[in-house]
Amino acid sequence: MPSTFAVQDISFSYEAIPAIRGLTLCIEEGDRVALLGANGSGKSTLLRILDALYFPSAGSVTFKGDALTHEHLQQEEFSLSFRRRVALVFQNPDVQLFNPTVFDEVAYGPLQMQWSKEDVVRRVDETLSFMSISHLRERPPYRLSGGEKKRVALASVLVLNPDVLLLDEPTATLDPKSQSQVVDLIQQWKGTAKTVITATHQLEIVEDIADRVFVLEAGTVMAEGSPSEILSNSDLLLRANLIHAHRHSHGGVMHSHPHSHGHSQHEHER
Amino acid sequence: MSRHSFLKSTVRGFAQAVSKALQSEHATTQKGLLQQLDPRVRVIGVFALVVSVILCRRLEAIAAIFLIAIALAVASRVRLGLLAKRVWLVVLGFSGVIALPALFLTPGEPLFTAPALHLSISMQGVRTAAFLILRVETAATLTTVLVLSTAWTHILKALRSLHLPAEVVTMLAMTHRYLFLLIETANQMFESRQSRAVGIVSGSAQRKMTARTAGVLLSKSIELSHEVYLAMLSRGFRGEVRLLTDFRLRPRDYVALTAFVFTSCMAAWIGR
Repeated sequence: MPSTFAVQDISFSYEAIPAIRGLTLCIEEGDRVALLGANGSGKSTLLRILDALYFPSAGSVTFKGDALTHEHLQQEEFSLSFRRRVALVFQNPDVQLFNPTVFDEVAYGPLQMQWSKEDVVRRVDETLSFMSISHLRERPPYRLSGGEKKRVALASVLVLNPDVLLLDEPTATLDPKSQSQVVDLIQQWKGTAKTVITATHQLEIVEDIADRVFVLEAGTVMAEGSPSEILSNSDLLLRANLIHAHRHSHGGVMHSHPHSHGHSQHEHER
Repeated sequence: MSRHSFLKSTVRGFAQAVSKALQSEHATTQKGLLQQLDPRVRVIGVFALVVSVILCRRLEAIAAIFLIAIALAVASRVRLGLLAKRVWLVVLGFSGVIALPALFLTPGEPLFTAPALHLSISMQGVRTAAFLILRVETAATLTTVLVLSTAWTHILKALRSLHLPAEVVTMLAMTHRYLFLLIETANQMFESRQSRAVGIVSGSAQRKMTARTAGVLLSKSIELSHEVYLAMLSRGFRGEVRLLTDFRLRPRDYVALTAFVFTSCMAAWIGR
C-alpha cells in the first residue's frame, strides 16, 4: 500500500529565499505527526506543499502513490478527490473565513465538492453541532472572537470528513480552554485511519497530539523520533531553537539551564 | 474636523466602512420587490436600464429612468437617505467637478454673465453638465440599488450563469473578500498607531504617517489576499460560484424581465 505522503528530496524558495532544502520524509495512513520547528523553519511551507498549494522546484511529492504536480491538480476528478481527502487549517483563521455567515463558511467546501443540497445542509448542521458552534450559525465570521474563529475554521474542513488533516499552529493565540478543546479533538482521532499532521512549536502539546515527531530546521529534517525521544533531547531542542538557556539566580548564585515554556517545573541543585 | 483629530477620524471612517457593509448585507434580506426576483433577472434588468441611460440623448428620458430607479429603491426597501448619502452626494461631487468646465466652455446662448471675470454660462453648457451629472447619478443609483438588494454571492452566481468568464467572477469575488481584510487590517494599524501616539501630533505629520501606513497596508493586503486565495483553493475552489440556493425562473420573473427590457427599449427609443 503506498504511503499517504512520500516526500523525496524537495526544495522550495520564495523568490530568492530558500524555505525548504532537500527535505525527505514519509507519512503513513493513520500517523499522528508533529512538525516541530522554530519560526521560519519551513513548517508552514511544507504543509502547503503537502496540500498541493505550492509545488516544489525540485524533488517529488506523492499522495497515496499519485504525484502532486500542478498538471495533475488541473484534472478536475483528481483535484476534487484530493481536496476532499486532504484538508488544511491555516494558522491565521481570518484568511480561511471569507463567507457572509458561519453556515455559508462551513457549507463552502461541500458545495465545491458538488454534494447534493440535502447532504450539504445535513453535514453542516452535524458539524456545527459537533464543534458546539450551532449558536454562531448566522453570525458573520469576521465578527467572531479568536477562539470562535479557530473553531469555525476547523469546522469548515472537518465537514468534509477528510482522511488527512493538516493543522498549522492550531493552538497558537488561543486561550487555555480553547487550546485544550483543540488538543482533545486531535486526541479523538488516535487509533483511527485519519492522518493528522500538526505544525507547532508548542512543546507542551506534542505528546498529546503526535506519535511521531519531525524536527525541522532551516527547511530540512533535523531529527525524527517518538515524542519522548525528541522532547528528552535538550541539545537537539536547543539547536532547533525550541528551547533556550534560562539564566536566573538562587540565593545570589547565577546559573543557567535549558528552558521551554511548556514545562513549568524543574529541579535545582542547591 | 480639528487638525488634531485626523488619525481619530480615519479610524472612525474604517469602523463606519465595516458598519456600512453590514447594513448592506441586512438590506439584501428585506422582503422587497427586487429581493423577490431571480438574481439573474435583477442583473439583466439593471444592466438594460443602465444601457438605455447611456443611449438616451434627451434629458427628460434620463430623468424618467432616474425616477424609475428611485421607485425600485423604495419598493425594494432601500432607504433613500442611504442612497442620498452614499450615492447622490458623492456622485454630485465627483461628476460636478468634471462637468463644471462645460458650463463655461460650451459655446451657445449666454444664460448668465459675470462681467468682472469675463465668464458666461451658456444654455447649452448647462444642458451638457446636466446630462453628465444625471447620467452618472442614474447609473450609480441603479447599480447601488442592485447591490443593496442582492447578496454579493448571488450577483456573482448570476454573472457566472450569464456566461461571464470564471476568471472575471473570481477577480470580483476576491475583491470583495479582500476589501473586508483591508478594512480590518487598516483599522488595526491605525488603532496601534493611535495607542502609541503621545502628545499633540501636527496635522501634516499625521497625514505623512497615514500615507506611509497606506504603503505598508497595500503590501500586507496583497499578501493576505494571496492567502485567502490559497484557502479557497484548498477547499476545492475551481473558479465556479456554487451556492445552496438554486436559481429558478418563476412567472413573476418573466413578467419583471419583460417589464425591464420593454422600459429600457422605450426609454432608449424616446430619448434617441
